[in-house]
Amino acid sequence: MFKKTTAVLVAYVTLVGPASAHDFKVGVIEINHPWSRPTPPFAPVAGGYMTLKNSGPDSDRLVQVTSPIAARAEIHRSAVEDGVASMRPVDGLALEPGVTVDFEAEKLHIMFIGPKQQLQDGDKFPATLVFEKAGTVDVEFVVQRKASEPAAEDHSGHGSSN
Amino acid sequence: MSAVKLFRIAVWTAIALLCGILIGFSGYLPGTNSKEALGTGTARFGGPFQLTAHSGEAIDNATLAGKPYLVFFGFTHCPDICPTTLFELTDLMAEMGPLADRFTPLFITVDPERDTQEVLAQYMTAFDQRIVALRGNQAETDAVVKAFAAYYRKVPIEGGRYTMDHTAGIILMDAKGNFAGTLDIHEPRDTVLAKLRRLAGA
Ligand SMILES: [Cu+2]
Repeated sequence: MFKKTTAVLVAYVTLVGPASAHDFKVGVIEINHPWSRPTPPFAPVAGGYMTLKNSGPDSDRLVQVTSPIAARAEIHRSAVEDGVASMRPVDGLALEPGVTVDFEAEKLHIMFIGPKQQLQDGDKFPATLVFEKAGTVDVEFVVQRKASEPAAEDHSGHGSSN
Repeated sequence: MSAVKLFRIAVWTAIALLCGILIGFSGYLPGTNSKEALGTGTARFGGPFQLTAHSGEAIDNATLAGKPYLVFFGFTHCPDICPTTLFELTDLMAEMGPLADRFTPLFITVDPERDTQEVLAQYMTAFDQRIVALRGNQAETDAVVKAFAAYYRKVPIEGGRYTMDHTAGIILMDAKGNFAGTLDIHEPRDTVLAKLRRLAGA
């Protein structure tokens, strides 16, 4: 009985493990691992991140993001210059052919404005991305503390010990 | 007047103008003010200011004297650097345990218009309870930003909304109220921990 449960658990973890690097696709645009940071209660904003790859021959643009969990979503770019942190809206995010845009690396984020719920580690929420040419795609954001770490729920066995 | 003489006059005028411009500009180099303030570590750095904590308690530079503290500026309409700093500090302070009682972390809002005491009180429940969020009215905010040679600016964006530019990074102050260094939460974790332990006097 115990062994059987363990075996099922192992099978589950194995299945969930690779899938946790969750991907989506619309036309030639690949969307890799949309994720968001946990928020304090009643936080007025939340940040979302992902990696977008345009594997087609033509340039495209991410023009709109919506989510039922937020009143509004925008694309923003942050910067720290001369010790001063700033953030500005981006009017459509250009996706050149063959180029991968990593939000974290490019200091980009989806700004979810007026989240209707507190986002907690391990939560998932839906969002819709609209690309100028590739069209519309539904994706799922995973809430996690850090970009490099999987959410608390899917430690896939070979985790580091503290 | 010969063409050569005219040319010489023109060249010297240009040089004089250029020097004037360079001298003039040097006074406005970004970071000049903060470097002076940080370098001298004078008692003036860190005061005077007066603010209100998210708990409602009045806190000023005199209240803080006698215990090291750290200061960083931010606002709740900030999705990345501000909550990340607060979550990281929460983790680090948990790891340090009672040692972290020996300093006071201060999160000072540069957006008192939207960050009311109620908003801050709710927001801070997510973090280590030893972290204090502070706000002031416009004049009090200006005063504390000046006290730490910091910077903030309200930036209008489309739709009648706005965002805030503000000094990034954490300022460390010793028990005597003197500048004791800076901290970037993105530095290696061991470096950050070492700096916090040193601030705590360990
Ligand atoms: Cu933003």
